[in-house]
Amino acid sequence: MLEEFFLNPFDYEFMRNALLSCFCLSLGCGPVGVFLVLRRMSLMGDALSHAVLPGAAIGYMIAGLSLPALSLGGFLAGFLVALLAGLVSRTTLLKEDASFAGFFLIALALGVFIISMRKSSIDLMNILFGSALAVTHQALLLMASITTLTLSVLAFIYRSLVVECFDPQFFQRVHGKGTLYHMLFLMLVVLNLVSGFQSMGTLLSLGIMMLPATAAQFWSRQIWSMGVLSVVFAMIAGYLGLLLSYHLNFPTGPSIVLMAGLFYIISLLVGRFGSVLQHMKNRVA
Amino acid sequence: MVLRPMGFKMDNHSKHIQIQHLTVAYGETVALENISGTLHPNALMALFGPNGGGKSTFVNVLASIIKPTSGTITHQCRTTCSPAYLPQQSTMHRQFPLTVREVVAMGLWGQAGPFHALDPGHQEKIDEALERVGLQDYDQRLIGTLSGGQFQRMLFARIILEDSSLIILDEPFTAIDIQTSETLLQLIQEWHKLGKTILVVLHDLDIARRYFPETILLSKTCLGWGKTEDVLTDHNLIKAYAQSMRTTHHA
Repeated sequence: MLEEFFLNPFDYEFMRNALLSCFCLSLGCGPVGVFLVLRRMSLMGDALSHAVLPGAAIGYMIAGLSLPALSLGGFLAGFLVALLAGLVSRTTLLKEDASFAGFFLIALALGVFIISMRKSSIDLMNILFGSALAVTHQALLLMASITTLTLSVLAFIYRSLVVECFDPQFFQRVHGKGTLYHMLFLMLVVLNLVSGFQSMGTLLSLGIMMLPATAAQFWSRQIWSMGVLSVVFAMIAGYLGLLLSYHLNFPTGPSIVLMAGLFYIISLLVGRFGSVLQHMKNRVA
Repeated sequence: MVLRPMGFKMDNHSKHIQIQHLTVAYGETVALENISGTLHPNALMALFGPNGGGKSTFVNVLASIIKPTSGTITHQCRTTCSPAYLPQQSTMHRQFPLTVREVVAMGLWGQAGPFHALDPGHQEKIDEALERVGLQDYDQRLIGTLSGGQFQRMLFARIILEDSSLIILDEPFTAIDIQTSETLLQLIQEWHKLGKTILVVLHDLDIARRYFPETILLSKTCLGWGKTEDVLTDHNLIKAYAQSMRTTHHA
């Protein structure tokens, strides 16, 4: 009975692929999300996930529904917006968040504009929300590569990223400008958003990145364990979301992200550090 | 027993730092005008002046965070002269999930850099630095739980490990308890005995007169540079504050 509910769905190859893609995404997105939160850039991820759209749309115009074309286009567009926003904040009076907002809105409108020229809203839905149950081997391979690259680069720049994030002035004094690390990191963010392209879509893959990372803040006060926790949360959310969508015929991507959202809400309420519960306890005591 | 911070060698590397006709302007506003003077090796110098008198600008130029609009600063160091610098309004995230030990360990960046592991020798140095500032029992505490005074002690421990021949502190005793101020002042005296060059921005006349043999008085222009008793005279101080009042009035 239990086995039927929890394991049997994965007799199907498409379910196994979907689960594998969730795990892959979780491994890369979890730690990246933690650093986004620590850098106080949670909303930049949002901006970047929109910024990916015109690139993907142009890739679609040129090559149709070809994953490499969509991914490459999306990556280039997202990274271009990140670079432009960074450049503008360094040379003009705008702060980074404002310049990001400006560019991602243009990018988003441009993306929708391009897609609408094909006069089929199904394509738009596909790019925005993905289709987790139709993950191809090619897509899995791409995700695995991006995850491997992400974890390797993160391991390489970990110490610099932590110090630069905690005390940028100190880092600049003892090591030099942090711009390179900032850019490398933004590149990882865009890569991971693109990684979730086919299975989750551009908008929902951000959910896998941010919700578990935010939830992890309430359970741990060390950077590495926050990373581990966010991966675990994301994996469980992926598994439960797939089960729900299989048994109850719910849409897959949103189910997974809603599960991650549930982790966030529960953590927010009863987490070990700084949650609503802790707040109440402190007031009583 | 002689109190002597360990992990230090006598510092003979520091030489003169010469400042010539230094002017800094932010757009139309002139913050510093035509400042000249010499920081001697092993100087223990206070930097004094009214608010808006350009003290922070001055130390930011010395720490090469701001480029001067005109004028030159000549460091004559054999090795690199990058100072250990404690800014006034730090850009640090005070709630960041790091322990006291981890932050203090950052002082070893020059030796460990982004990749090398810390060996037992390093760990020992960290222990000594923590003990010197009285935080030995706090090394696993999260920095978000520290009081203002404890946080400042932690930053001083990091400076100990940086082991730089030039140390610049911008108002290190602001909003800090008396006991911490005493400990940190004692530490500054020890750095002085070890031959380091130290420049401290102050707003407390009493501390400047008691602990600092030399003083620079800044109020946009330099009103005094030399022995503290010669610089912090009533005449000079009135002049400095009158000047700053005039500037404020015009603005």
